[in-house]
Amino acid sequence: MPNQLLFAIEVTINGLMAGVMYSLVALGFVLIFKASGIFNYAQGVMALFAALTLVGIQNGQVPFSHLINAVFGTDIHHFGWHVPAFLAILLAAGVMVLFAIIVERYILKHLVNQEPIILFMATIGLAYFMEGFGDLMWGSEIKKLDVGLPQGGSLWLEAKSKVLGGDGFYGFYIDKLDIWATFFAAVLVISLVLFSQYTKTGRALRAVADDHQAALSVGISLRAIWVIVWSIAGFVALVAGIMWGAKSGVQFSLSLIALKALPVLMLGGFTSIPGAIVGGLIIGVGEKLFEFLIGAPFLGGATENWFAYMLALVFLVFRPQGLFGDKIIERV
Amino acid sequence: MWYREAGDFKKTYSEDSQTFPIRLDRIGYFVILLVAVLVVPFFITSYAANAVLVPFLIYAIAVLGLNILTGYCGQVSLGTGGFMAVGAYASYKLMTSFPDLNIFFVVILAGFVTAAVGMMFGLPSLRIKGFYLAVATLAAQFFLVWLFNKVPWFYNYSASGQINAPERTLLGYIITGPNTSPSAKYLFCLAFVILLAWIARNLTRGTLGRSWMAIRDMDIAAEIIGVNPLKAKLSAFGVSSFFIGIAGALYFTVYLGAVEVGEAFGITQSFLVLFMVIIGGLGSILGSFAGAAFLVLMPVLLKNVLVGGMGWPTDIAAHFEFIIVGGLIITFLILEPHGLAQLWRIIKEKMRLWPFPH
Amino acid sequence: MKLTKLAAIAAVALTAASPVMADLVFPSLSYRTGPYAANGIPFADGYADYMTLMNERDGGIGGVPTKLLECETGYNTAKGVECYEATKGEGALIYQPLSTGITYQLIPKASADGIPVHSMGYGRTSAANGKVFEWVFNYPATYWDGASIAVKHIMDQEGGDIKGKKIALVYHNSAYGKEPIRTLEELAKMHGYELMLIPVDHPGQEQKSQWLQIRQQRPDYVLMWGWGVMNQVAIQEASNIGFAMDHFIGIWWSGSENDVLPAGDGANGYKALALANPGGDYAIYADLQKHVYDAGKAAGSGDQMKTVLYNRGLYAALLAVEATRKAQEIHGVAQITPAMMRDGMEALEMTEASMAALGMADFGPEFKNTCENHGGSGLGKVQQWDASAKTWNLITDWIQSDKSVIDALIAEDSAAYAAENNITERCN
Repeated sequence: MPNQLLFAIEVTINGLMAGVMYSLVALGFVLIFKASGIFNYAQGVMALFAALTLVGIQNGQVPFSHLINAVFGTDIHHFGWHVPAFLAILLAAGVMVLFAIIVERYILKHLVNQEPIILFMATIGLAYFMEGFGDLMWGSEIKKLDVGLPQGGSLWLEAKSKVLGGDGFYGFYIDKLDIWATFFAAVLVISLVLFSQYTKTGRALRAVADDHQAALSVGISLRAIWVIVWSIAGFVALVAGIMWGAKSGVQFSLSLIALKALPVLMLGGFTSIPGAIVGGLIIGVGEKLFEFLIGAPFLGGATENWFAYMLALVFLVFRPQGLFGDKIIERV
Repeated sequence: MWYREAGDFKKTYSEDSQTFPIRLDRIGYFVILLVAVLVVPFFITSYAANAVLVPFLIYAIAVLGLNILTGYCGQVSLGTGGFMAVGAYASYKLMTSFPDLNIFFVVILAGFVTAAVGMMFGLPSLRIKGFYLAVATLAAQFFLVWLFNKVPWFYNYSASGQINAPERTLLGYIITGPNTSPSAKYLFCLAFVILLAWIARNLTRGTLGRSWMAIRDMDIAAEIIGVNPLKAKLSAFGVSSFFIGIAGALYFTVYLGAVEVGEAFGITQSFLVLFMVIIGGLGSILGSFAGAAFLVLMPVLLKNVLVGGMGWPTDIAAHFEFIIVGGLIITFLILEPHGLAQLWRIIKEKMRLWPFPH
Repeated sequence: MKLTKLAAIAAVALTAASPVMADLVFPSLSYRTGPYAANGIPFADGYADYMTLMNERDGGIGGVPTKLLECETGYNTAKGVECYEATKGEGALIYQPLSTGITYQLIPKASADGIPVHSMGYGRTSAANGKVFEWVFNYPATYWDGASIAVKHIMDQEGGDIKGKKIALVYHNSAYGKEPIRTLEELAKMHGYELMLIPVDHPGQEQKSQWLQIRQQRPDYVLMWGWGVMNQVAIQEASNIGFAMDHFIGIWWSGSENDVLPAGDGANGYKALALANPGGDYAIYADLQKHVYDAGKAAGSGDQMKTVLYNRGLYAALLAVEATRKAQEIHGVAQITPAMMRDGMEALEMTEASMAALGMADFGPEFKNTCENHGGSGLGKVQQWDASAKTWNLITDWIQSDKSVIDALIAEDSAAYAAENNITERCN
């Protein structure tokens, strides 16, 4: 096979992997949007906060240490323990549940039955709040995130696939972390589907997603459902935070991964979990292939950001509700 | 007791449909206008102009523009940053290509250029609706920023891609460049704000504005009663982009004087303006000012209180700024979900009834 | 709304309108929050600690105490403008804007207000031309020096001949990242290497395409002009694709502990340019320990000392203090003005002896400013990361950039700026 074709295949594979990473972020948005009609602007900040909490617990950081030191003149930073990764993930997930309860009690409860734009605005306020709060709690330095996931190219695949091409081909490259991300995304989606199809809570969840008032009238507690949904979204944010944070370290910019999820959401539809996955894959492959074939050689590169939206736009012109979104029925 | 319509008789139709039907409102409006035009310029300091008032006025224009599109016509846009960039780069190219062109016309022309670009990116709105439409404007946002960064013609082939506003004068007063006096900056922006707010107010209550609101409330119904969606949506995109383009041009020429597209007009700018619109109140002129004031002035105020007044370390103060602004947004929302403008409306309603409870 | 406006103006009037002229005022436009906080904190701490040391150990500069005005910019240009306006009335002597955007802002503004700007190793490279930029300084070295130093280092490694080699530049797609391109293109013509440009869009969390491109096209060396999260991801991706880390060289803003620590062992061998030396083996640290840290007067959390960026903050403060001394010497007054400060900066000369006398022997390069040259000598070192010891080690001595190429480019770019802004050249 000619090298150029092999390279294109390699780019496609890596595009799929990148797509999975986008889907992980998009998933959190979809969950909340489905259950409560809220476009949760704070999802990115939640990922950051979850990852910060995880690293903080793991390294035994003292929360608010900078503030405490500034107020009391003390000099404390660490508790001096080191929590194993698995336990730390559980504890961080617990913090996200707590976070969901607080959000429900102090924000959502007061905004039942409001228009989507107002709920969206509430999440803006939440995002501002969390941005300051997270930094204040755990500090602004870049933290290394280490939960024991392997990183780096898979040498086995590289060696095995090298024979396919000629001199300039070095075998296919796949990051081991991406394989794990794919695995976790699959586990997450399957368990979410099972949960919503086969459990009582899951059915209640779907009922709420279909119609708030009807669900209320058959005795489903909207408040409990919201806590559950926000907790799950918090957990998804934690997974996304781990996957993205493993590459860049845990730092403020982690909150910007939400931007990567936007075109995925638009393409896949705000209300569909499979949509988030398929949308992510299409965006991932699309932007990487475009960059490889046209962007880098002819347009000077760095085209991925806008091309993702252009791609979503083209799809939307043909299917205005997104690939898997609910059909928009308009009546006068 | 004094704040009410009673005793204020309207004798003509034009009186009946005026913007401020209550006398006290009218007086208040003209007093504020007089103070803003005749008093403030004499007392304005460089800090008040550059850090507080000029950004407030410029954001107010951008928010008015986005409010026309989102608040009145119901089309969500996240491309404000990109459109502001069009205004900024159009004004830069005009300033450097035609050095003798008056800065006032430069800004207006930059607005028209942006209007054309905005209408082009508004075309998908005929097919895509609601939140999904944001994708078209986001595409505009990222594409425009990339374009201005990529094509050297836009920044006159300078080594780094930054653009600098050269010095220009209006009626003998320096308007752009580092030697501008604070009052000149302020008055130049204020003139645009007054002009554009007046245009916005009158457009939104005229035929065009009604057709926008019809589209916003239900576009199919609007179509049935004879509103042309193509005309209504594209005109909203055009007018809105015109405003935003002017805001972008002023942001570059008067306020900052030197910008880099990715930093000054990035996606955060788009979100910021949208936040101002929502916090101020969708579909409200006063709300546009309130929203801009809240998000421009509040951080500055908090910073001055926390760092200047209470002597906190700058980083802890900055974190608390975020926490307080976020907390305030949520609190306002729980108290009054429809933005600051609605809060004001309720206060007025209460004042009309005062001192009687019902 | 009107109320908030009035309140804001009142607050502003209260806080901003009280200029105290008794001290030597050094504003520090720091960024301890936001996406680049991790880099802003050590620099700001270093800057503040050195100023504290001056007061504690020497009782100020020339007998006048220093006063540090810290203002949080969050690396945001609009906030930077606010900080500038808030501090300039208090007698600010010198601005270190610490961000490309804010620097470009302040170049015309501060020039008009008559306050010198020192963008140490960042900002607008052509500001090195003192004939055009009277108030702007960027000594001891500029980005274009950096590009040239990196290429020279590559030549050293390759035995002097890099004809036909492929060098890739991975850069932040912004004014900052685009700075070295022209220099590298000129040098490519001269040395016959092939230049590959790979932009990364802000913020740079996702660089798969870029590094696949590198993996497929196999450049011999990769240079990086990165910032923020882009650095950490690039270093991680480079180690992921198995790129030889000692062939990967970053500019001085891509070479702090923050950039390499998240990648762990993968970052071992990564190189970066050094503007000032890393590490803490300097006499000054004993003084800092005694007068600042032990006295409980360290800035911030007090845990950043001896890092690359802390040292850079120290160095920036040291140069500001030395310029102040020079200004006091020239004008014979202790309480100098910003205009005198500018004269001091223009006459500043740092030699090996003067650095040693300050307790920082060989910490920064030798240079001598003149009316024409505000850009220093263009010397830089190369440092390499040792992941097991978690330290940066210097692997070269000072390398001199290729001034013949750079000076022509500086003259061209500053001439364009002068023409656009009607500036007549000085120093003739």
